[in-house]
Amino acid sequence: MASKIKVKAKLSGDIAEIKTLMLHPMETGARKDPDTGALVPMHHITQLTLTKNGEPIVVANLSTAVAKNPYFSCKVRGAKAGDTLKISWVDNLGATDELETVLG
Amino acid sequence: MHAGRRLVLKGGIALAALVSFPRILLAAAWPDKAFSSTTAGQAMIDLLGTDQTTPSDQIRLKVPEIAENGAVVPVTISTSLENVESISIVVENNPRPLVATFEISPETLPDISSRIKMGETSDVMAVVKTDAGIFSTSKQVKVTIGGCGG
Repeated sequence: MASKIKVKAKLSGDIAEIKTLMLHPMETGARKDPDTGALVPMHHITQLTLTKNGEPIVVANLSTAVAKNPYFSCKVRGAKAGDTLKISWVDNLGATDELETVLG
Repeated sequence: MHAGRRLVLKGGIALAALVSFPRILLAAAWPDKAFSSTTAGQAMIDLLGTDQTTPSDQIRLKVPEIAENGAVVPVTISTSLENVESISIVVENNPRPLVATFEISPETLPDISSRIKMGETSDVMAVVKTDAGIFSTSKQVKVTIGGCGG
């Protein structure tokens, strides 16, 4: 299945600005299904990892209080064209997703 | 007896040397207890070992004054503090105050943005851990429609 991660990475000098949007419901477990009235189970990204050339640059631990379709942006020094950036996540149900991009 | 003590000392020095190497970012286990805490203070004790932080005007916390939609509140945290190890977001009045925690490598700028859910009007606190201690700043965000889904 195609990745549900989108990323934009821009290089300015040696700083790469990375903006990523991850499609994920981030259900808190407190919301009621409008049709059935039942609680929609908690389903959220727990850990997000960004790497540059295989080395972790950000490891984020997220709760259900991160907004649906999590957005995250950061900046990393020492970047250059050709660097491989990877965004990957795992959620509380064990599902994972990842996306690689090369800095232009 | 003496040989044993020397061995322990050597081990201790070796360990100290390891710790003084440039910090390597490891995928820390998901801090279950901290995320389950129902008070900001307890969440910080569970996550960082203390709820005592030094207020710092070197942390820039950008949040809206009024969030029309509590389900999507943009947060940007940046700081001129040095050697930042992690940045965490705590929403005092959320059912579970710890929202997210970002560990960053030494080459990552301490400048991150994300979007969070807020259940009601609350102080939002940015907690920045550096090699010099734990610093924080907070701002109130008024929420008109809560975003926790209840």
